[in-house]
Amino acid sequence: MMNVMVCVKAVPSTTEVKMDPVTKTIVRDGRQSVINPFDASALEVAVRIKERLGATVGVMSMGIPDTQRILRDCLARGADFGVLLSDRPFAGADTLATSYALMRGIDKVRARWAEQGSGDLSLVVCGKMAVDGDTAQIGPELARQLGFACVTSVCEVLEATEGALRVLREVDGGHEEVRVSLPALITVTKDVCNPRMPSITGVRFGMQGPVDVWGAADVGADPGRIGLTGSPTQVVRSFTPERASGSTPIEGDAHEQARAIVDMIKEMA
Amino acid sequence: MSGLVVDTQACIGCRKCVRACGGTAGIVVENRKARVTATCTMCGTCVGVCPVGALSIEKDEGAGSQDLSSYRDIWVFAQVDGDVVAPVTFELLGKARELAAQRARCGSPCDVVALLPCGPLASSPVCGDGEGSGAAALVAGGADAVIRCRDELLAAPDARRMASWVCELARSRRPEIVLFGATGFGRELAPMVAAELRTGLTADCTVLAIDETTGMLQQTRPAFGGNLMATIVCPGHRPQMATVRPGVMAAAVPDPTRPGTVEDVALPAGSPVRAAEALEVLRRIPRDDAASITDAERLVVVGRGIGSKKALPLMRRLCELLGAGLGCSRPLVESGWLEYRHQVGQTGVSVSPKLLISVGVSGAIQHLAGIGGAQTVIAINTDPDAPIFGVSQYSVVGDCNEVVRELVSQLEAERD
Ligand SMILES: Cc1cc2nc3c(=O)[nH]c(=O)nc-3n(C[C@H](O)[C@H](O)[C@H](O)COP(=O)(O)OP(=O)(O)OC[C@H]3O[C@@H](n4cnc5c(N)ncnc54)[C@H](O)[C@@H]3O)c2cc1C
Repeated sequence: MMNVMVCVKAVPSTTEVKMDPVTKTIVRDGRQSVINPFDASALEVAVRIKERLGATVGVMSMGIPDTQRILRDCLARGADFGVLLSDRPFAGADTLATSYALMRGIDKVRARWAEQGSGDLSLVVCGKMAVDGDTAQIGPELARQLGFACVTSVCEVLEATEGALRVLREVDGGHEEVRVSLPALITVTKDVCNPRMPSITGVRFGMQGPVDVWGAADVGADPGRIGLTGSPTQVVRSFTPERASGSTPIEGDAHEQARAIVDMIKEMA
Repeated sequence: MSGLVVDTQACIGCRKCVRACGGTAGIVVENRKARVTATCTMCGTCVGVCPVGALSIEKDEGAGSQDLSSYRDIWVFAQVDGDVVAPVTFELLGKARELAAQRARCGSPCDVVALLPCGPLASSPVCGDGEGSGAAALVAGGADAVIRCRDELLAAPDARRMASWVCELARSRRPEIVLFGATGFGRELAPMVAAELRTGLTADCTVLAIDETTGMLQQTRPAFGGNLMATIVCPGHRPQMATVRPGVMAAAVPDPTRPGTVEDVALPAGSPVRAAEALEVLRRIPRDDAASITDAERLVVVGRGIGSKKALPLMRRLCELLGAGLGCSRPLVESGWLEYRHQVGQTGVSVSPKLLISVGVSGAIQHLAGIGGAQTVIAINTDPDAPIFGVSQYSVVGDCNEVVRELVSQLEAERD
């Protein structure tokens, strides 16, 4: 049987832009966080592999205690267990410190599997990026720390066996079909599949299923490599960009405005 | 102890930080003073919104900080696409030259070095020497030196192998800064290198500059999902690494008379680059239809303001009449109106057309990050205060569907 880990992140719900009435500013007040949509697809990929080949699927997140809610939702959608890395020393992590913490957490899960004699990790699935930060760095950084091969931007899983995956991925200038031997880490786009809704038994399992909360000491993390202390990068300033005001208004009714634009385009050509 | 710190003397209790923080309540205001709570994740969002500068993130320097004085040059990773060096490489070289000049002014002169991994000599003109070669183009584009490795193993864009190669070189030669193009390949390669070298990496920078008092690389990018920019540094680790999207920086005019050296390096026998590869490319499928909007000379970029999917045929007609490509803002992709390859912005593509007509786009910071290279922007929006007017040369306040309908009928009339 395969062992699969899925890494998920809680993101503010407001970054999920929907096509309803026009709101112009981002107001986050009181909104609950949601699962990063790319990660919901990552979970679905893992659960489909489980249905086809048989697999144990774990979900892992680093975040505040409230993130357990999101892990429970993942259990309702087909994951077998959840692990939340939550501890003050984890806070303030950049992508390097985050991927290190996830690597330590995954190592602990692997040790548990080894103890139970249930084999080793064969696949890690991550979303291609988080909609709130959009660095797309966690996947490849985690793969490197695990020493796994890495295939980013997978948009279709064509074939899965216990030893390898055949996938379609987005690359510069088109697509590529690749075969990757396991163990490996893949990151997926939202096109890869539509996440399912929880079933009734799923919802029940979501409430009762196992979700562990581990701190830095539990996973044996080097205090110098996690959280703010372990983050090489540091935000020194954040600001609203200056707005230049050199725009020339084009006045009149729609007909006149269009006339002016057409004239301008002709002049440019 | 590291963490978010409130200067209670300065704090005026305005609650802007509380609003910026949102649902997680990492900061609260009690007795008209802000207080950091246990749920603060130190994301930094509140620091920028504080009107009196009362918030800061303080960090103890971890023990065992590296000795930074032995790091020197600025490296640019040259991505080879088929038979050419990818254009973004020259944009990075243009920026690297400016950074080198700034470093020199603060007493740390350095070279701009291009890393050129390519196939064996005979495999492509890009691997050759002299005129028309990749190395010559890199020198003309601003490199003082080119480190080239001509080896079959580095001929294909295989990020895992490439990362091993870059890391080996970086460990022995100690670059101060390494820049990568934020292409699909670069976005896979750079984090692998950062993880192995255990250093910082800032994705999709829109501004890079040297702080002339500290000599550090200041990396600016849109952040926090809101309309904020963040400037990020990497004080205690080297190299300082950043990725930049294609089309964001300007390449220098190539100067074929610039002097520069070319050094060929071989892969040592035990190099990790030689390790067996787990990945096999079975098939390459080039992007099918229409050329990518990245290179379009004219673009029509549509946003939520067009109101409904039904307006798209009209927008397509405008594109046809102008010979323009069609781009869009992210919500249109999210709702399935247009495919992802049309998305312009930080998460989409950067464009640099001569003419860009922006139709019903508000101009969110993540969107603006993709249109900085456009020469002339004409924006149509009902809202006179829309941020898009801050970057457009011409502003048309009005209903975009009406204006475009007029445009189409006038252009059609002219054509007949
Ligand atoms: C991490 C992250 C990455 C992102 N990356 C991108 C990206 O790459 N690209 C991108 O575009 N966005 C990106 N976004 C989303 C971005 O923040 C904005 O939400 C988005 O750009 C807004 O799209 P819009 O301008 O079409 O919609 P809105 O902000 O809703 O603006 C619609 C505009 O249309 C105007 N309007 C309404 N009706 C009319 C009419 N009849 N005629 C004329 N004008 C009208 C309104 O005044 C308004 O200005 C990202 C967000 C995050 C958090």
